[in-house]
Amino acid sequence: MIRAAALVACLSISTVAAAVDSGQRFEDEADQARYERVIRDLRCLVCRSESIADSNAPLAADLRREVETLIRVGRSDADIYAFMTERYGDFILLKPPVAPRTWLLWAGPALFLAGGVAIVLIVVRRRVRIARTDPAALEEEPDRL
Amino acid sequence: MKLPLRFLVPALAFAVLVAFFVVGLKRDPGQIPSPLIGKPAPDFSLESLGDPAWKVGPGDFADKHWLLNVWATWCVGCRQEHEALLAIARENRVPIVGLNWRDDRALALRWLTQLGNPYVSVAYDPEGHAAIDWGVYGAPETFLIDATGRVVKKQIGPMTLDIWRREFVPLLPAGEAKP
Repeated sequence: MIRAAALVACLSISTVAAAVDSGQRFEDEADQARYERVIRDLRCLVCRSESIADSNAPLAADLRREVETLIRVGRSDADIYAFMTERYGDFILLKPPVAPRTWLLWAGPALFLAGGVAIVLIVVRRRVRIARTDPAALEEEPDRL
Repeated sequence: MKLPLRFLVPALAFAVLVAFFVVGLKRDPGQIPSPLIGKPAPDFSLESLGDPAWKVGPGDFADKHWLLNVWATWCVGCRQEHEALLAIARENRVPIVGLNWRDDRALALRWLTQLGNPYVSVAYDPEGHAAIDWGVYGAPETFLIDATGRVVKKQIGPMTLDIWRREFVPLLPAGEAKP
């Protein structure tokens, strides 16, 4: 019973949190879907880690209004992102663009993974080699650390 | 021969991390670089704060350097920088134009009466349309626009006389009297 009450409480809180920009802005379902997707891709520059869809900040409200206007006048998604980055820079995009200066950022996880795999391979191969030639040395290995 | 490498690799990795942190710590995450620098100042034509019949826009200040200061009465940093703005206005080197952002006209006018008015004119932008065109995300922000109509400098956060002298004055055309 208490669990159920807690669950209901949690669920009602999450509804409140999601209600920053509830309600239908467009009669057209496709436009509404586009609007909801685009505002989730744009960063609220006041709160930084929130999208303008999630933020209560006045600036986020202004930017949502701007997105709505741009959709109404028939601009494409690319146009809207361009409109925003011209004014606020790439930082406004929650997903940074792939460009020469962000290659390292995008490749970073893969590079770290490759580095880790390389280290594992080196260690494993060395231990295999030692095990073949001098198994006794392998027993001592932990002590050396 | 094995031992040095075993120490060298982590030490190098650590050095790289430290280098990243040193650079990272020196950068202020509050300062988002403006893509507007070097670009023509975005145009606007807004009601003057004091007189709705009068329009204020960047065109009024063509052919000279001027400052655009984004402010509001709800903005604490704006109150902090107000004395500095008054002092800069007294130096009389560049006109300061106000962009009153998401504010109430009566409150804003009272602010200027009570604290003094550093602005040659103030554009009233209650809905924040012009502010979005200028990439404003938090007041106070101050832009320097040069005689060719390009934005050459942006200060995010309260203006101080120190910042003014160190970062703005050198960008002003030479030949004008030093204070």
